[in-house]
Amino acid sequence: MFDDHSPIYRQIAERIRTDVLNGVLVGDEQVMSTNQYAAFYRINPATAAKAFQQLVDEGILYKKRGIGMFVSPQAGAHLRERHRDRFFADVVAPMAAEARAVGIPLADVIAHLRQLDRDGGSETTGGTDDGRQPA
Amino acid sequence: MTLDIEIDDLHLRYGELTALDDVRLRLDGGKIHGLIGRNGAGKSSLLAILAAFRKPTSGTVRIGGQPVFENPEITHQVCLVRSTGDTVEDDDKVEEALRFAERLRPAWDAELAARLVDRFHIPLRHAIGKLSLGQRCALGVTIGLATRAPVTMFDESHLGMDAPSRYAFYDELLADFMAHPRTFVVSTHLIDEVSPLFEEVTILDRGRILVHEPLDTLLARGTAVTGPAAAVDRFVDGFDVLAEKRLGGTRSAMVYAAFDEGRRRWAAEAGLELGPLSLQDLFVHLTQPTEPAEPAGSTSAAEEDA
Repeated sequence: MFDDHSPIYRQIAERIRTDVLNGVLVGDEQVMSTNQYAAFYRINPATAAKAFQQLVDEGILYKKRGIGMFVSPQAGAHLRERHRDRFFADVVAPMAAEARAVGIPLADVIAHLRQLDRDGGSETTGGTDDGRQPA
Repeated sequence: MTLDIEIDDLHLRYGELTALDDVRLRLDGGKIHGLIGRNGAGKSSLLAILAAFRKPTSGTVRIGGQPVFENPEITHQVCLVRSTGDTVEDDDKVEEALRFAERLRPAWDAELAARLVDRFHIPLRHAIGKLSLGQRCALGVTIGLATRAPVTMFDESHLGMDAPSRYAFYDELLADFMAHPRTFVVSTHLIDEVSPLFEEVTILDRGRILVHEPLDTLLARGTAVTGPAAAVDRFVDGFDVLAEKRLGGTRSAMVYAAFDEGRRRWAAEAGLELGPLSLQDLFVHLTQPTEPAEPAGSTSAAEEDA
């Protein structure tokens, strides 16, 4: 269930961030409780709580005392901005390095990206903060 | 309210043999603690002392602030389940053992006990001596959980259970811990399987406390650095290298250190891969006596006899 390359709490935090980015979780929506996460992943509840705390510190989640954890209204926009900032370093640079390593000219990569764009890349979920799809 | 465990200057000697040597340890109440150590490290001796089954040679052990030995007020709140279920008579039937536990334990949850007996397929009318190892272990963990003791300790209690039963045990342990927070101490050799349940880990080595830390803190300390040998050598210089493996020109060093952002960037730029170590890997390397450097090409760093 986990990739084993980072602590479990970081992976849980990352999964929640991904859900927010993809619109699976939307602003002011309640997330599952620490205990539900602990039971689901078979981990200590303190570990799950650590993931939540990290997301509270980042402003992705907020706490309603006695009720639970909720997604911040601005979480989606915040995460998208952060991912945009890191996109070229985290995604494009390794792709270019890999292309070079296997001998694919960058011009071919660019042509391929143009083709993807023409084939409807613009139709994929753009995602607004309240762009949640019906379950 | 949960009960803390405080151990100070604890020694236990069996004749010439020192089983526990100056153990000092404080385990917070309301947490699941993991206790790991090699065979003969002193885990069972320590747990037996906490349960007042055994008197220490010297030192103090307090649970909830009170001395443990010959103190029924505390021993009623402590439950130790050993691997063999050795606290009951072999001729007794399972249902008699459960009735006995119910009479003895004020917080006994008969409903939970019945559900677990069902879940683990434990035959109620069989004599305990006739149970398979797996059934005996399942009976032990059933009694341990249903007792709801403020301090509950499992000493290799689930080692003899098959994988589906062990997973059922982990689920039940977690669920009951969350519903009824209390202090658990779990000793095990199945480290990677159980460790996600732990909040804190204690490693006992040859009668002494080697490590006592939150699981996440300990895991963050273990890093495998892999890449071209010369670059790895430069990177790990000055750090505590627990073990290493070589494969041709590639070297993988297991380092006992948490690396900061700057170091991680250095690793990325040098083409080095940083990977985590599992608790079991860390444990093996921390408790294995240092061996002479291996010849190039050897890959035996992570092996240990069972």
